[in-house]
Amino acid sequence: MSSEKQGGRTTTPKGRGELRDQPRRRSRRQTPHRGTPEVALEATELTKRYSRKATAALDNCSFRLPAGRISALVGPNGAGKSTLLALAGGLLRPTTGTLNVFGGAPGEFRDRVAYLAQNKPLYGQLTIAETLRMGAELNPDRWDAPYAARIIEEGSLQPGQKIRRLSGGQRTRVALALALGKRPDLMLLDEPMADLDPLARHELMGTLMADAAERGTTVLMSSHIVSELADACDHLLLLGGGRIRLGGGIDDLLAAHTLVTGRGTPADLAPHTVVEARASGRGLTALIRRDGPVEGGWATEDPSLEELLLAHLRSPDAPALLTPGTTSTRTAVQA
Amino acid sequence: MVEYRIDRRSGVATYLQIVQQTKQALRLGLLEPGDRLPTAREVVEATAINPNTVLKAYRELEREGLVEARRGLGTFVRRTLGTHPVDSPLRAELAAWAERARAAGLDREDVDALFASVLDEHFPKDDH
Repeated sequence: MSSEKQGGRTTTPKGRGELRDQPRRRSRRQTPHRGTPEVALEATELTKRYSRKATAALDNCSFRLPAGRISALVGPNGAGKSTLLALAGGLLRPTTGTLNVFGGAPGEFRDRVAYLAQNKPLYGQLTIAETLRMGAELNPDRWDAPYAARIIEEGSLQPGQKIRRLSGGQRTRVALALALGKRPDLMLLDEPMADLDPLARHELMGTLMADAAERGTTVLMSSHIVSELADACDHLLLLGGGRIRLGGGIDDLLAAHTLVTGRGTPADLAPHTVVEARASGRGLTALIRRDGPVEGGWATEDPSLEELLLAHLRSPDAPALLTPGTTSTRTAVQA
Repeated sequence: MVEYRIDRRSGVATYLQIVQQTKQALRLGLLEPGDRLPTAREVVEATAINPNTVLKAYRELEREGLVEARRGLGTFVRRTLGTHPVDSPLRAELAAWAERARAAGLDREDVDALFASVLDEHFPKDDH
């Protein structure tokens, strides 16, 4: 199956193998200057308020997402995930601040961006074939018809079926075919896999990863299923209270934290930052952000992504951490 | 072509699972020098894991001198591990022994325990 899918495009592991600790190769089109990694998304003091009285959905939010990353957008319900994705897709306008997509305003490079909303909007009266034709007509320079058709076929869907007769999961497959068929440089996916069965979820996530491996596509994908994100994503944006609480490469974020267990109080853990501490027998278990080596008889463990996320979700007041590559440059200059 | 199985509950880092399964394939003679490993794209399409995870595993195998990346061609096996492929005499002896153990009424757990104790006796573990 996979060799067929290559369809003339070849992958060269050597080319990738050379890229030591850097993210995957970006397509040439995405690389404006050799050596400077392109930024897919950059938010600068981004605020979105749906009405004057409402609390801000995004509140002075600053971050950057380097091109070529596969980023998990995580946060509690109402954290602003869908708002951020819709802003990046150009469907909403910021109240204040800016959000740049490939260095331009959202919508400026619409041909390079695919946005899949949570409710998977499609035209119910169209057939699958007509929906794909719409994709072709709307994206004349980029549309990959055989690729989109294959994604439909793999779900055993008939091109003549009307969209309104499809189940939720089948509609999701059509919507993903529409988004992937465009061969975008940036995929914005709002809970893309939520209503898919386990097999379809695995297949479509595989298709998405293959596209990213082949073309260096940047993906920003919201989900609540941490185990799914842990395997697929290499970058994390954790939203809470309208701001980024954690941002950066998942390996870097995990390496900055340690789970410690032992007898003592949170105060004994200075100079480290205690994200969350819980009583454990006569002592405590804490997730800390290290400042130097951990000393003083604590048993240490590396946290899993799930442990890192849960600790931060349970402790909304823990200070934010953005790794250098994820810090908005403009904010850094101002600060 | 080897196929990797990713066990999400094993607690072993995903890239290490790929390293270990490649080594296992080398030990069993399922991969021999000159064989090509699947491309990162092929692996991620089948397993739905991040492409960088595959690259990290291949880099580790390359660092250990087991495989080499050839530009534009793929990643190829350089040398094998152990000298006892699937059809070796040692394996045949072990298979015959397992047959006798079953005939003697041992079940899988008994055999497991017995084998582990002999293994520990002849191949003492390091401190870590």
